[in-house]
Amino acid sequence: MKRHLISAADLTRDDAVLILDTAEEMARVADRPIKKLPTLRGRTICNLFFEDSTRTRISFEAAEKRLSADVINFAAKGSSVSKGESLKDTAQTLEAMGVDAVVIRHGASGAPYRLATSGWIDAPVINAGDGTHEHPTQALLDAFTMRRRLVGHDAGIGKGLDGLRITIVGDVLHSRVARSNVHLLHTLGAQVTLVAPPTLIPVGAEPWPCEVSYDLDEVLPKSDAVMMLRVQRERMNAAFFPTEREYSRRYGLDAERMAKMPEHAIVMHPGPMVRGMEITAEVADSDRCTVVEQVANGVSARMAVLYLLLGGSEPAVTTTSTPRTEESK
Amino acid sequence: MSKILIRGAKVLGGEPQDVLIDGETIDRVGTGIEAGDATVVEAEGQILLPGLVDLHTHLREPGREDSETVLTGTRAAASGGYTAVFAMANTFPVADTAGVVEQVWRLGKEHGYCDVQPIGAVTVGLEGKQLAELGAMHDSAANVKVFSDDGKCVDDAQIMRRALEYVKAFGGVVAQHAQEPRLTEGAQMNEGVVSAELGLGGWPAVAEESIIARDVLLAEHVGSRVHICHLSTAGSVEIVRWAKSRGIDVTAEVTPHHLLLTDELVRTYNPVYKVNPPLRTERDVMALREALADGTIDIVATDHAPHPHEDKDCEWAAAAMGMVGLETALSVVQHTMVDTGLLDWAGVADRMSFRPAHIGRLDGHGRPVSAGEPANLTLLDPAYRGVVNPADFASRSRNTPYEGLELPGRVTHTFLRGRATVLDGTLA
Repeated sequence: MKRHLISAADLTRDDAVLILDTAEEMARVADRPIKKLPTLRGRTICNLFFEDSTRTRISFEAAEKRLSADVINFAAKGSSVSKGESLKDTAQTLEAMGVDAVVIRHGASGAPYRLATSGWIDAPVINAGDGTHEHPTQALLDAFTMRRRLVGHDAGIGKGLDGLRITIVGDVLHSRVARSNVHLLHTLGAQVTLVAPPTLIPVGAEPWPCEVSYDLDEVLPKSDAVMMLRVQRERMNAAFFPTEREYSRRYGLDAERMAKMPEHAIVMHPGPMVRGMEITAEVADSDRCTVVEQVANGVSARMAVLYLLLGGSEPAVTTTSTPRTEESK
Repeated sequence: MSKILIRGAKVLGGEPQDVLIDGETIDRVGTGIEAGDATVVEAEGQILLPGLVDLHTHLREPGREDSETVLTGTRAAASGGYTAVFAMANTFPVADTAGVVEQVWRLGKEHGYCDVQPIGAVTVGLEGKQLAELGAMHDSAANVKVFSDDGKCVDDAQIMRRALEYVKAFGGVVAQHAQEPRLTEGAQMNEGVVSAELGLGGWPAVAEESIIARDVLLAEHVGSRVHICHLSTAGSVEIVRWAKSRGIDVTAEVTPHHLLLTDELVRTYNPVYKVNPPLRTERDVMALREALADGTIDIVATDHAPHPHEDKDCEWAAAAMGMVGLETALSVVQHTMVDTGLLDWAGVADRMSFRPAHIGRLDGHGRPVSAGEPANLTLLDPAYRGVVNPADFASRSRNTPYEGLELPGRVTHTFLRGRATVLDGTLA
């Protein structure tokens, strides 16, 4: 059976908890003098990046190398892709070179799904962010960070995020991070609230397993974690909001707003942060902000996913929902 | 001249009758007609319809002969029971001059599978800025009466107004691709629950509905005819219904795929389902079926849009929009409209032959099945059930959303002015 990680929505609670528990094990490797496991020795993993993302690519590369995999990095810029080669041809070229797994980042929503289901290749596919669709390993590292901070390292083993209230703030419309987090956090038992101007909440989001609010100040006192999303300045020119200042006043997180949060509550950000717009420097540098931990946890979470998909004995990830597993003709 | 006797066919779904074709015309319709020296086609249990007319076909020639040519496209049309197709103007070069429309028209005549009536572009290069030489295209051998920038919307209200007014001089009609361009920037699929989940750019229903509302009001103001291409939403149906009740001279078409498929299929990310306007919701599909049944939507048009394999065998965002449809249209209409009891076969003849020919003012097509009329006829076996196999298509492209689906009905014979273009289910 082929196994892929395309969408956080495909993960069952058991899958997700197993990944987080495994990530806890992997995190211990980072504390050793030699940060390496032999698990994926002899396996070749390709990081297929059609879209620039140095942070995510380096995080995957670190995870792969700590598991002793051989790593091929493929960046579309300056490659045959920029000369018009298709995703299909690129993937088949890599497969012919004996790649055991493909980590794909692509600007088009659904590209990893196509890669996994179109019969172009046999290797497992891991979605490292596709268009405005999903970024499941980001959601896993976010959940891992929340569990560590809000439930506890060892106390969290085997547990989800039951009862935690998580607020996600900003450009939900264009955010694959938000989509993946809504699904995964709900699966893990948390209550999710999205906060954004109505222009940045997708039409059709009503069935999502979360609340929607337009008022950040009202939600903050009831939040155990507040996840700030990056807001691109060009959205302003597309009339999603009037000015940067107005956005900051209504949806930015500064020290005054942070003071409304419960004392134990944390501030998260997938990075890179635009200081001053969605988050002030004061908040970003506070000890309640987990941005740096998230980066470290990203390596552990990705090691867990790679280990379970490629080397683990237990099936970590299933693609259960029917339309998603259907092989296309 | 050759004679053909079609024996025992249900004419427009009615009682079995014999139809004798003599040369290019129908000689007699009745019962117990003697065969004499005529070739006999036994048609017991089959439905005889006037030859189908498609007001919306993309033949791709000139310019994209790798997708389709006038020859392959008209062979596909004949296979699907069509005796006339209107060829859309978005070719390379664009059909915005008398020269290009005459070329397309002439190729149709030469190949002989189906009459090809070119549609002229409304504006030069489909760019929406300057009116094309509409009069010259009308005066050409192709005698163009339908004008459309299909693929693009004539979104400038003033240009649309002038086009509507101008074509009145020669009984023309402007066929609008209703798509507000700003509301559909980056649009990949219907905007709604599925697009929100998949993270694909939304094509909101209001982008279609707002243009239709504007254009029916413009048509009313200047007293012109307007035709709405591939209407796809429940809201559009309401606007057209209102406009007709007000006496505005508006007609509308629906595609077979919008009568059957919904945006839930996009969950597969398979670009075979990528089409413009996009597949909508179940509610829209049901509203479209009702509107076709009650006549609010006048006709079925295929929007046959062939694309080569490589333009669909890729990631969703990179894929071309469109589906082939000529060879499956009648089956889909039987499945969605006839077998559901919404429309009888006379209704199918009306929506797929009489009315499209009338909207396009196409002489010799969409005529009654009676003596003295041109022998443009389609014979269909409604009891047939078969799985769609694109390998069997006459179209050069295979981008059908129905692959592997069981659909009813099969065209057994098509006659173009008395000559069989399809004989016993095979292209003649």
